[in-house]
Amino acid sequence: MSTTSVDAHGHSNNHAGHGYGDNNQLYVHFHRDDYGSKFGMWLFLFTEVLLFGGLFVLYYGYRIAYPHDYHNAAMELNIVMGAVNTLVLLTSSLTMVLSIVALRRKSIKTSLFYLIVTFGFGATFCVNKYFEWSAKIHHGIFPGSMELRETRPAGEVVFFGLYYLMTGLHTFHVIVGMVVMVFCFIFIRTGTINSDKYIVLENAGLYWHLVDLIWIFLFPLFYLLH
Amino acid sequence: MSGHNEHTSVDTHEHLPSYGKNVMIWLVLVALTALTVTVASVDLGNYTFFVAMLIASIKAMLVINIFMHIKYDDILMKSILLACGLVFTVIFIMYSFDLFNRYTG
Repeated sequence: MSTTSVDAHGHSNNHAGHGYGDNNQLYVHFHRDDYGSKFGMWLFLFTEVLLFGGLFVLYYGYRIAYPHDYHNAAMELNIVMGAVNTLVLLTSSLTMVLSIVALRRKSIKTSLFYLIVTFGFGATFCVNKYFEWSAKIHHGIFPGSMELRETRPAGEVVFFGLYYLMTGLHTFHVIVGMVVMVFCFIFIRTGTINSDKYIVLENAGLYWHLVDLIWIFLFPLFYLLH
Repeated sequence: MSGHNEHTSVDTHEHLPSYGKNVMIWLVLVALTALTVTVASVDLGNYTFFVAMLIASIKAMLVINIFMHIKYDDILMKSILLACGLVFTVIFIMYSFDLFNRYTG
């Protein structure tokens, strides 16, 4: 197992235990496993993919069952809104990567700047989603609404049900990612995350890219069914 | 697990990641988004869905390989991704047998 010693990296602010050796020299010993952290993150992302994967399979099943209803329902979604959100998330993925690159290049301020920009894009995405959902709800289209139950065919009810469930779960992930970014911001400021120890920011990045990845598939599946 | 030190320290000191390459990948991703929106307005019949999914898959590969760094990771990380992909593909294919029997058979 990898035990990164203080001597190897030259900073002693992250020790888990310390004491004095034979010749009265201070030795500090702590266990750190960046590889393990990253591997664990990937395992977690695996479960996330299966969580959304199940919903994609559900979407697929009903799409085969109700192709025309899906088509008609999708016509009511706003492509421009969806495309803008796609660009927002893609760009936020870039700024997240740039934040990590900057940190590894020891430019703390640039790294923080890109992290704030990424957070801003996340917020922009949520605001867009708010307006999109509001417009739909205003037209009486939401799970269990009178409009859906009494005037729409079964396939459209299912389509909008999945639309709210999948984009809702996705937006929840965006919000979680933004909360993680706030913690990363604080940790970079305090130096807990630094150019040598950047695995936390890297894992936050992996999570954020997964959120982007899911949207890459949600966008064509819900908005581009014309 | 052997070979940990390569990942914790050598990686940091050997090559610093660059901004430029990531910006290039972002430009490609934006171009592919524009392409997929354009293609959606053209009627390709049954192929529309497959073209949209193909473009989405290319975008996903770029994000996974470059932004998520899997291209530079070792075989263990890659195998996690492969396992994930395989599980999902198997579920999808087996479900398809049932679906097409029901609705098109």
